[in-house]
Amino acid sequence: MIELEKVSRIFVVGDQQVAALRNIDLNIAEGDYVSIMGPSGSGKSTLLNMIGLLDRPSSGTYRLDGGNVTDLDDLQQAKVRSEKIGFVFQAFHLVPRLTAAMNIELPLMLAGVAVEERKARVAELLRNYGLTDRADHRPDQLSGGQRQRVAIARATSMHPSVLLADEPTGNLDQATGKEVMNLLEKLLAQNVALIVVTHDPAIGGRAHRQLHMVDGQIVSESGKRS
Amino acid sequence: MRLFDVAQFASGSLRGSPTRTLLMMLAMSIGVAAVVVLTALGEGARLYVINQFASLGTNLVIVLPGRTETAGIGPGMLLGQIPREITLDDARTLLRSRAVKRIAPLTVGSGTISRNALNREVVVLGSTSDLLEVRHMSIGIGRFLPAGDINESASVCVLGNQIKRELFGNEQAVGQWVRLGDRRFRVIGVLATQGESMGMRTDELVIVPVASAHQLFNTSGLFRILVEAKNRDVIEQARHDAEQIMFQRHGGEKDVTVITQDAVLSTFDRILTALTMAVGGIAAISLAVAGVLIMNVMLIAVAQRVKEIGLLKALGAPGKQIRNLFFAEAALLSGIGSLAGLLLGYSGSIIIGQIYPTLPVSPPWWAVIAACATALGTGILFSVWPARRAARLDPVAALAGR
Repeated sequence: MIELEKVSRIFVVGDQQVAALRNIDLNIAEGDYVSIMGPSGSGKSTLLNMIGLLDRPSSGTYRLDGGNVTDLDDLQQAKVRSEKIGFVFQAFHLVPRLTAAMNIELPLMLAGVAVEERKARVAELLRNYGLTDRADHRPDQLSGGQRQRVAIARATSMHPSVLLADEPTGNLDQATGKEVMNLLEKLLAQNVALIVVTHDPAIGGRAHRQLHMVDGQIVSESGKRS
Repeated sequence: MRLFDVAQFASGSLRGSPTRTLLMMLAMSIGVAAVVVLTALGEGARLYVINQFASLGTNLVIVLPGRTETAGIGPGMLLGQIPREITLDDARTLLRSRAVKRIAPLTVGSGTISRNALNREVVVLGSTSDLLEVRHMSIGIGRFLPAGDINESASVCVLGNQIKRELFGNEQAVGQWVRLGDRRFRVIGVLATQGESMGMRTDELVIVPVASAHQLFNTSGLFRILVEAKNRDVIEQARHDAEQIMFQRHGGEKDVTVITQDAVLSTFDRILTALTMAVGGIAAISLAVAGVLIMNVMLIAVAQRVKEIGLLKALGAPGKQIRNLFFAEAALLSGIGSLAGLLLGYSGSIIIGQIYPTLPVSPPWWAVIAACATALGTGILFSVWPARRAARLDPVAALAGR
C-alpha cells in the first residue's frame, strides 16, 4: 500500500545542500510490521515524516493505497493524514490543557465526526487501553506509560491504515516500553501497517521487517517477511 | 470541524491562559465602554437641547420685533428710528394665514406681586388663552386665561407653582386676590410644576391677559408672537405668510424677524450629532489600540503553541482549520470583551445620568452597534497575520518545537 519510488529529500543548510534521503525505494504492504533503525542523522525520522505526509519529497514519487500523494495540496494532505495515518511520538505530544478523553477525541473532532459517535468511540478506546478511570485526568496527572497509551488511543481513533511511531519508547522505562510495544503490535491484527523508528535494537528486533539506514539510504533489510 | 467544536476548542485555549485572556478582554471592553459612554454623553447633550426646544412648543414660528441687518446700515438707523413695534392687531391678523393653527402674543415685564404683607418681584407674562397649548404648559389647579376678546383686560391671573407656594403656602389660592403693580387680580389658576424651559422658569411666572399686561406696563407693543403652524409640513408656509403679513401691515418695511424653531433645532441637531460622532470616533481609536494588543498577544500565543499546532497538523487539521481556530479565539475575545464593555459603558452612562439628572444620557443604538462591530472587526482583522503564521507552520519543525 505504501510505495516509495526514488524518493529523495534535500535540505538546504546555509549554502550547503544536505541529502536526508537519497533515492529510497520502499514498498510496505497492509499489516506489515517494519522497524527503521540507524544512527542519528541517518534520515529515519525524515523517512517517517515523508510517509506521514508531514514532509514532501524533493524528487521521486510516493503512492499511498494506489493513489499518487506526492503533490497533494495542504487540504488534501490533511485529509489523507486524518483518514489513513496515525502518529505516535516520543514526546507523546498531548495537549496539556485537555483531559485524556479530550486528547483522544481530538482527531475525531477535527474530522467533524458527530458528537454521539465521538463519545462512543472515545469510551471504547478508553476501555481498550485501560484508561477509563483516567479519562478526566490531564496529561500532567498521568504516568509516562499512561500518556503514551492515550497517544496510541488517539492515533487509532480514526482507524488509520498506517501507524507511524517515532521512538515510541524513548521516554519510557523498559517495562513500560515493552507494554507500549505490545499494545502497538496488537494493532497488526487489524491489518494496520506499523512502522516504528527506533535506535534501540531490542525494540527494532521485534519487527518482521527491519530496515537499516545510513546517510539517507536503506543499506540493508533483515528479518522474517510475513 | 463543527462550529460548536471550534468555539469550544478556542474557548478552551483562552481559558488555558486566563491572565492573558482577561487583560485582552479588559483592553477591548475599555475601548467599547469609552465609545458607549462618550457617545451617550454627546447624545445626551443633543437630546437635552432638543427637549428644551420641544418644551417651547412644537411647529413654532416666532415673530420678534426689529431686524438684524448684517449688510451695513439701514435707512431707518440714519433717521434715528427704532423698529416699529408689533401690535395686538398684527398678531391677530396672522391668523388669516391658512398655515397657522393658533397664535400666542407675548408681553413680558417685571412687577411686584403682593398679598397681604407678602410681596416679591416676578416676571409677568401677558398672553392669551392659547398660550397654554402653544407653549405646552399644563395647569395644576383651576383654569388658564379665559378665551375671548384679545383686547379685554380682565383682572385675572394664573400663578406659577412656586409663586403660589410663596404667597399662599398650603392655602387655597384660586379665587383669592393678589395685587400686581397698582391693580388687583383674581387668581383663577395655578400652573403645574414644570421646571425650567429655555431659561425661563414657568414656576416663577405670573400670567395675565395681554391687554392687562399692556395697561400694567403702559405699553402697546409685543415682545414676541408665538405662531403654531398646523403641522410640520406647513411650517415654512407659516413663516412665509407671517413675513408677508407683517411686511404689508408695516407699510412695506421688513422690520420684524421671523424665525422657525425647526431651523434652529435642526442646526443644533446637526452640530451635536457631528460632535457625538467625533467623540465616538476618537474613542474608537482605543479599539484599534486594543486590536494591536490582540495581534501582539496572538503572535506570542502562536509562538508558545507551536508544538500544539504541529500536532493538530499531524492529526489531520489543514492550515485553514488552524487559521479558523485562531480567528475563533480572536472573535471570542473581542465578542466577550465588547459585551463586558457594553455592560461597563451602560453602567457608566447610568452613573453619569444619576450625577446629571437633567442630561438624558443614553448611548445611541448606532454607536453601540458601531462599537461592537469595530471591536469584533479589529479583533479578527488583527488576528489575520498571527493566524496565517500559525497555519503556515511547517509541521515537522513545529512538532520539534522549532
